[in-house]
Amino acid sequence: MKPEGKKRIWAEYQKEIPDDHFFYVRSCIRQTFFAGSEQVFLKIMRDDLGKDIFEDPRHTTCTGIGYHGDVVPFETIQTVVARHFSLATEAGYKNIAISCVTSFGIYTEILETWKHFPETLERTREDLLKATGRTFDVPETISHASDIIYKFRDEIARKARFNLSDISTGKPLKVVEHIGCHYSKMFPKYGVGGAEFPHVLIGMVESWGGDIIDYPERRHCCGFGFRQYLIQANRGYSLSASRKKFESMEPYRPDFIIANCPGCSMFMDRWQYTINEIDGITYGADGQGIPVLTYEEVAGLVLGYDPWELGLQYHNVQSLPLLKRMGIRVDPAKRFLAKDGSRLPEPVGLMNE
Amino acid sequence: MKGASKHVIVAGGGVAGMEAAGSLAEMGYRVTLIEKGQDPGGHLLQWHALFPDRRPAEEVRGYLRKRLNHENISVITSTVVEKIRHHGHDVIVNLSGGTEERADAVIVATGFDLFDAHRKEEYGYGIYDNVITAAELEEMFSMGKVAKADGTLPSRVGFVHCVGSRDEKVSNNHCSKVCCVTAVKQAIEVRKMLPACEVFCFYMDMRMYGPYYEELYRESQEVHNINYIRGKVSEASVNISNRLVIKVEDTLAGRPLKMEVDLMVLMVGMEMSKQGAGLAVASGLETGVNRFLETGDHHYGNNVSRMKGVFYAGTCTAPMNITDTISHARAAVTETVRYLNGR
Repeated sequence: MKPEGKKRIWAEYQKEIPDDHFFYVRSCIRQTFFAGSEQVFLKIMRDDLGKDIFEDPRHTTCTGIGYHGDVVPFETIQTVVARHFSLATEAGYKNIAISCVTSFGIYTEILETWKHFPETLERTREDLLKATGRTFDVPETISHASDIIYKFRDEIARKARFNLSDISTGKPLKVVEHIGCHYSKMFPKYGVGGAEFPHVLIGMVESWGGDIIDYPERRHCCGFGFRQYLIQANRGYSLSASRKKFESMEPYRPDFIIANCPGCSMFMDRWQYTINEIDGITYGADGQGIPVLTYEEVAGLVLGYDPWELGLQYHNVQSLPLLKRMGIRVDPAKRFLAKDGSRLPEPVGLMNE
Repeated sequence: MKGASKHVIVAGGGVAGMEAAGSLAEMGYRVTLIEKGQDPGGHLLQWHALFPDRRPAEEVRGYLRKRLNHENISVITSTVVEKIRHHGHDVIVNLSGGTEERADAVIVATGFDLFDAHRKEEYGYGIYDNVITAAELEEMFSMGKVAKADGTLPSRVGFVHCVGSRDEKVSNNHCSKVCCVTAVKQAIEVRKMLPACEVFCFYMDMRMYGPYYEELYRESQEVHNINYIRGKVSEASVNISNRLVIKVEDTLAGRPLKMEVDLMVLMVGMEMSKQGAGLAVASGLETGVNRFLETGDHHYGNNVSRMKGVFYAGTCTAPMNITDTISHARAAVTETVRYLNGR
């Protein structure tokens, strides 16, 4: 392996990521399954980095799941996205920060469509005006939230309370990075580092002290694939895609997986449980599962956020062994305790307990 | 001797330029050959053996060197022709370094560049240790040893055809013509050097267009047991043993294929040379959609430019093999002489 070869590619795919003033659009899946990730992203941006990031409660789903499930037409999704741009315009923001990789892919697809077929932009303006009376400006920049964390990765490293190493050995943790397909496979120029060797997560992991594993199925889809999962009869495809990845990464004994896509984080976490239930197989070291973390969760751990505040207790594959390796202490009593002192629901069948 | 006072500049000292210069000198013209490298010879300098008969490349290099060894030929090396313009009866050539040369005619023979394999990022050239180009394999043949980066011998080698050719993603729709037969030749050479090594060729079509190419292809299968799989390699990576893992769509079997290889050879195609492209822009010479120089007529004016007194020889106009390049250079000389005689 020649690291300089990757650096040469990374240098070719650098995108403009603004320094400040973002209009944030959330993710349907993440609000449901990884709500802590979005919350901690906003906290890191506002409290740790001192950035201005705004969200409008009137913002809706981008309808991406329906679009990729063939039930929402392209004209409709363009109008929905145009409405989000209208909310950003109204609030005076020109930089969109997108939580979801599916949404990010949709926004980039729409912007490219408008660029190459300007008549579709005019048609969308008409559709939005007729439907809502709104107008909009096309944003100046589109960033995925992982782009923004990537941009400030060294600043986060300077504020870090923990790094990605094993405190008992001092060695870097071995990390598998998984990039959502819709981040840069459709339009490599919108992704940090392009499509074949994306740098966005590698940059974070290396800045925070970890080592990246380059394994044969690194590029392979997690298996979400919308129609693969949404249509129950196709779920075997989804499961087999994740399994292929796990089998490929297993010999490297990864400490955890970091992902930047809601579907990937969810399925790579949940399918480990499913495979374990079906076949009794685990893919991590010592017969354990491999924790799957979002990049905000990893940033939060590095910055010293309480793992329970990040929501790690709601992952199928639990991270307690990983936290121990990093030297992060948790209070078991607070694991399922809400901030108001009430008890949170306790999931069953968790791995790595 | 007829034409002895006439001066022709040949821009480029590869196969076409050397042959054109030799032919013109033989006919009594004064020739200045301008070569960007330290020595004439072009890409042939890096080649060990040639298809279809696997003769040593040195034999053809020797022939071309002899062609240049003529009193009517001056060779200027480490110099680039930057611009050509027609002025009165003369053609004025601007050279790197700021000098000018005057001639009665110019033959452009700026050749081709090999496709830069870094651009096909999915193959990991420049990243994975054992992904090499056909030109680099040829250098291994010259050194007498085909080996992996760690010096050990490969037990399985894969050849990937059409790297940078017939590929819309890299804006090259053209076929480079010589890569298929080069892969067949190199595959045989690998098997002869390493009889225990398995060899696979991953191809779109086998374009065996030249004399004895089909025979070579047949021999490769019947005698040397080369395996041919119709399908493009979609990506390469390495496993924990640093062995390359490639994914291929086998379009005949109709199924995806995953295979480990020790060495992957990229059959890089031909592109218009950067020097030729720069010269074309600076001089107002037309280029085609394939970015090679556009000739006056594809059928009967294939050596003629649209600038008076300027002619084309060899792969600056399109990919071609050595045989065709030499023929094309001779035809360029014929057109040049006809022009000079008719002035």
